[in-house]
Amino acid sequence: MAYWEPIRELDEAPLVKPGSSLADVTHDIARVTETPAPRGWWACFLLAATFAGIFVVCVCYLFYRGVGVWGNTAPVYWAWDITNFVWWVGIGHAGTLISAILFIFRQRWRTAINRFAEAMTIFAVICALIFPGIHVGRVWVIYWMFPLPNQMNVWPNFKSPLIWDLFAVGTYFTVSLLFWFTGLIPDLATLRDRSTDKWRQRIYGFLAFGWRGSNRHWQNYERAYLILAAISTPLVLSVHSVVSMDFATSVIPGWHTTIFPPYFVAGAIFSGFAMVETVLLIARTVFKLHRVVLMRHLELMNKFLLLTSLLVGYAYAMEFFIAWYSGNEYEMAHFLKMRPTGPYWWAWAWMVGCNVVVPQLYWFKRMRTSLPVMFVVSILINIGMWFERFVIIVSSLNRDFLPSAWGLFRPTIIDVGIFTGTIGVFFTLFLLFMRWLPMVSMTEVKGTMPQADPHRHAEGTTAEDKVELPARGGMLPEGAE
Amino acid sequence: MEAKTATKNVRAPSVVLAEFDSAHDVLHAAEKVRDAGYARWDAHTPFPVHGMDRAMGLKDSKVGWIVIVFALTGLGGAFVMMHWMNGVDYPLIVGDKPGGAPGTLPSMVPIMFELTILLSAFGAVLGMFHLNRLPRHNHPVFESERFRQASDDRFFISIEADDPKFELTKTRSLLERAHAKHVEVIEEDVS
Repeated sequence: MAYWEPIRELDEAPLVKPGSSLADVTHDIARVTETPAPRGWWACFLLAATFAGIFVVCVCYLFYRGVGVWGNTAPVYWAWDITNFVWWVGIGHAGTLISAILFIFRQRWRTAINRFAEAMTIFAVICALIFPGIHVGRVWVIYWMFPLPNQMNVWPNFKSPLIWDLFAVGTYFTVSLLFWFTGLIPDLATLRDRSTDKWRQRIYGFLAFGWRGSNRHWQNYERAYLILAAISTPLVLSVHSVVSMDFATSVIPGWHTTIFPPYFVAGAIFSGFAMVETVLLIARTVFKLHRVVLMRHLELMNKFLLLTSLLVGYAYAMEFFIAWYSGNEYEMAHFLKMRPTGPYWWAWAWMVGCNVVVPQLYWFKRMRTSLPVMFVVSILINIGMWFERFVIIVSSLNRDFLPSAWGLFRPTIIDVGIFTGTIGVFFTLFLLFMRWLPMVSMTEVKGTMPQADPHRHAEGTTAEDKVELPARGGMLPEGAE
Repeated sequence: MEAKTATKNVRAPSVVLAEFDSAHDVLHAAEKVRDAGYARWDAHTPFPVHGMDRAMGLKDSKVGWIVIVFALTGLGGAFVMMHWMNGVDYPLIVGDKPGGAPGTLPSMVPIMFELTILLSAFGAVLGMFHLNRLPRHNHPVFESERFRQASDDRFFISIEADDPKFELTKTRSLLERAHAKHVEVIEEDVS
């Protein structure tokens, strides 16, 4: 059995619509960057750009007045800024998971979504990096975070998880960018070769680095790509673990928890997959990518969401259990009393409702394959995951050891503007990406098609494709490479 | 400009480019070219073709060796940086814990790990470009109009004229016998 054939016993279906030719794939994907943007794109873009504008205004005001324009106050010194930071970093994680971990496991269905997901990682991490950048107060001495000689003649304290975080997120961004760009090179060459006007030829040609599909190059390229995937896998698991240590190494009840690293990683992958799905559904509709992004891909993603939802639900339950089992009265008071019945009980209810209850719909195939259901659920999951970080950060800080030190947090309009503004920034970047770069990897999709199998005889290719493929179909997990 | 003043340019073949219909055809043609003993030649495909490395008789990629050097540099560099900064240059005692190794080794693990990964990624990408001699924006094969299809759905084999085995008619007929759909000779100026 060839590697591209589906395993019939597992009910597998083809990955690309049977009968599609290699040129169809090139055309479907490259066309988007070559024709004028559809009206749907402009509608989305103007909306996103408006919010990006709000973001710029709010950040200017923040720099002018200082962080006092936020609602952060004693005892809640970390509030929406860090909530948003953790939320965005988490969203990025699914991109690396899809591009690296699924690559190593030879899950060939990832080809329809990996470019997307990688772009999402990069833009989400950009949004995430904004928050630690702007919450320091004095932005003009931001370089104190880095191990550079500065006017204080002192180096950063490398025992602090905050500096681990800087290295982790910085590395994550850089490696994701390299990974993404490496994957783009052959596709940029395709755009270069298809372009008819001079400017497109020059720009795509420059970015394609003179790629000529040479097999001597492919050999090094594939090895480099495999290595990037192999090193990104532990990297992605480390990044959110390190983020969680910002909290776990402190002594605040609700933060001082050893389950945090795996719990954060599971949550990150969960919310990231939901975000990939939201964006993918929009793009599929606006750019009519039904031939490449099939219901089968979406259903697989929904199964993955169900799995990660169960992992997250387990982590929530375990936090409660350990709070009780530890016998520590502060932990017990926090988890058993403050979270479900304290002043932020509604945030906790959103978190449990969206992250644990709603995804249970995906036990049913009808729900997993319904486009409206998955669109709404993917958004609800991201709302739930934002509330998870809000619960961890704000509801832990606002009720610590001494009742005399308790206090409430109220967001200001600037908090709201900056948060919704980053969503605008994210979608602005994303829409520009969809418009100007191939949003599905043409090279990889072609590699999963029956035509890519050199042991399949070429004579009568067309006839075979049209007649036999519906029965034989695509190519799935057990990719023998 | 200068090209115009040198009107009597002698043109000589630089590359013979053969076009194939399918991955199957190009793979078997590559085996024939390999067996004929050519050294300076290449296959051009829109995606990596499974088994092509063996069909071309290529040795294993060396990218991994570059990456391991970068990885160890990152690991060692991170340790030296933290030990020197917090332990030697300005000993930083926080929470009664020493600044440098071996006492702070556990807290050095995350950054040592991250820098190992960071430099490995640079090693993989830069190493790949270095071994491929990219970026290189000019190449004789780009002279061919048909070669634009190499990044879409066509498959090519190029044999360079400075290959010791190269002989225009022989090379050409070898490729034609290997089921090439179209063979073209790309010439360049020799002055």
